[in-house]
Amino acid sequence: MKDNSCQCLEWPYPLLYDKVQEVTTDVLILGGGIAGCWAAIAAAKKGVRVALVEKGATIRSGAGGSGCDHWESAATNPCSRVTPEELTKAMIKAHHGYNNGISHYIECREGYDRLLDLERFGGKIRDTADEFQGAEFRDEKTKFLFAYDYENKFTLRVWGTTFKPSLAKECRRLGVKIFDRIMTTSLLSEGGKQGAKIVGATGVNGRTGEFINFQAKATVLCMSRPTRIWLFSPGLPGMSEFRPPQCTGDGHAMGWNAGVEFAMMEKSVKGEWSGVRSFPPYGTGNTHNTWYACNMVDADGREIPWVDRDGRILMDISQRYRPSPGQKLFFKGGGEPDIPTYEFQGPDILPVKELLAKGFKLPFYADLTGMPEQERKAIWGLMVGEEGKTKIPILKTYTDAGFDPEKHLIQSYGEGWRSGGFLPQERQLFGLPGGLVNDWDLSTNLKGLYAAGDQLFASNCHGHAAATGHYAGRHAADYAKEAAFSKIDSSQAEKERIRVYSLLKGAGRLGWQELNMRITRLMQHYCGEIKSEELLTTGLVLLKDIQNNEAPQISAQNPHELVRSLEVLNVLTNAEIVLNACLARKASSKPLHFRRTDYPEMEPPEWNKFVTIKLEKNEVATGKKPLDYYGSLKGNYESHNVDYLEEHRS
Amino acid sequence: MKGKKIFIHPETAALKPLTFNTEICDGCNMCVEVCQVDLLVPHPNKGKPPVVVYPGECWYGGCCVAICPKPGAIKLNTPLMNRVHWKEKT
Repeated sequence: MKDNSCQCLEWPYPLLYDKVQEVTTDVLILGGGIAGCWAAIAAAKKGVRVALVEKGATIRSGAGGSGCDHWESAATNPCSRVTPEELTKAMIKAHHGYNNGISHYIECREGYDRLLDLERFGGKIRDTADEFQGAEFRDEKTKFLFAYDYENKFTLRVWGTTFKPSLAKECRRLGVKIFDRIMTTSLLSEGGKQGAKIVGATGVNGRTGEFINFQAKATVLCMSRPTRIWLFSPGLPGMSEFRPPQCTGDGHAMGWNAGVEFAMMEKSVKGEWSGVRSFPPYGTGNTHNTWYACNMVDADGREIPWVDRDGRILMDISQRYRPSPGQKLFFKGGGEPDIPTYEFQGPDILPVKELLAKGFKLPFYADLTGMPEQERKAIWGLMVGEEGKTKIPILKTYTDAGFDPEKHLIQSYGEGWRSGGFLPQERQLFGLPGGLVNDWDLSTNLKGLYAAGDQLFASNCHGHAAATGHYAGRHAADYAKEAAFSKIDSSQAEKERIRVYSLLKGAGRLGWQELNMRITRLMQHYCGEIKSEELLTTGLVLLKDIQNNEAPQISAQNPHELVRSLEVLNVLTNAEIVLNACLARKASSKPLHFRRTDYPEMEPPEWNKFVTIKLEKNEVATGKKPLDYYGSLKGNYESHNVDYLEEHRS
Repeated sequence: MKGKKIFIHPETAALKPLTFNTEICDGCNMCVEVCQVDLLVPHPNKGKPPVVVYPGECWYGGCCVAICPKPGAIKLNTPLMNRVHWKEKT
């Protein structure tokens, strides 16, 4: 092996800083991850022109682009023993009401339709090679493989590394115009006014620096949840968070500036994953998620017992995949892992503290050797292999280094699925975090603007992104068919172009990494585990100071650095949203992991609601919504999707 | 700014996420095109392995290795701090 070092090279792409491209489309999809690709496919099938804008490369980009090992909430698959209504209501209850009833009902109702679509596009969703014939988790007729709850069969094990290239191919087949390597920088509104109808967006090319104005009848925001607000490594920025480094929550920031309404942005949890602070995801011994329900042993090889929700020891491995006697269904981790709901709590090993008290010795190890062969192969080879970031970093790397699942014990480094320790102020938007408020069309409060996937409040995984992406895309297309184009406000677009390029003319004193580090330190101090009016308002004052005095000094040397710099300005805006949301909730809440020392009472009934925030004439406006604003799940869904239901009946 | 030439210096990062085998890699640049973080650029000399310009931005997703048509041309180097311990069951 030779080092391929290169001292200095000329920028390899043409520089087009002085060029503005004008693009007109019916439906504009912003973000080409899982939700974005599905939105583009659904809209294109409606016969409208679709443009898809992606910062990376659509073939693999986004949080779910590299793979997916399990597809949750496929309640309408032929083997499922739960209805979409039962499952959605359980998901809402397991999160103590702080959940998105609309988006998760869509996931439960349509997730399985998307799996069948994926199969048509070339994705693998069933055991066609009969590798798992006869396994307890396999349905012999459909060849589907199930995970976790083998009784209720609503989660499927899938070959998710095949998904993203299949989606990108289908987008191209349907004539979606894909704009790769373009960062969307802002939303354009009618008359350039905050709170007005959305009429397009602006973007900049991360390779050429070319500026683009997109004009559209309908726009769908499909970008990531915010990251890097509390966690950042200036030396290893790519490993700062769980999600890819360019998933910075740009959609939240530009939505905020445009006047979009948000909910649950006050919720943040103690860090769960970061490449710098944890071991590679799914690459250590544990009993959760991808590794459910692996055997564990202690340092002496003593087997660690699995117990049901009442602490009864489960003697048989098969019982780990079944609800307790009298229990309808269970969620791995009981829903919200730190506050499990007894009703949905599933089998698990005892907490580490209890195990140590019983004489078990650290370190603990996952023991795949003791698992039945088909379960072992489902964990190591299928799930560790198909889940994002496992095929090469874990399966290939460990196998090349000599790891043999039939011989070796692999160490566990943390409790639950975690493999690292975080301080209470090292926080993350994880486990149903905040986002845009949606209605039953997945439309936002702004006319012409829809949202899907991680853009929505209380979003989570792959199936949710797929189902809501498709749903938002087709509703946006229906709207676009009836709507007329609105003129782009040229002064708004020009102002944005000047803002973007001003970063190339910075004084050169501040790199984007230093600015991001500055924000995370501030947020750890003023918006950490413990919050109060004084801390939060001081944080906001200091944040404004960064916006006014430090951010203008940021300096980019080329289009790539320009994109990285614009991202950090979005991190700054997202931190501002979080601080304002925290100020707006004047009560503490356990499910929201939200503790205010000046309002210590947990869950006072008058605060049992969504607190919403948005900008109105650049001032923060707060509002409220009842937790059950979704209303009748089945009734509302069916009245909003008459065409879809008709089409799927035939 | 039209016509202006700019130059880049590959960053020195705390970690080296990728190693290219110059004997196997033919510089097809498929890895450059699949990387969602865009940390690679094509080598100025056609046929040579791409240059890792922004190694610190690597997410360690491995999509570059997965798409590579020449097995062994790229190696994803697990950061030393992230090497996991395993042992034989006795």
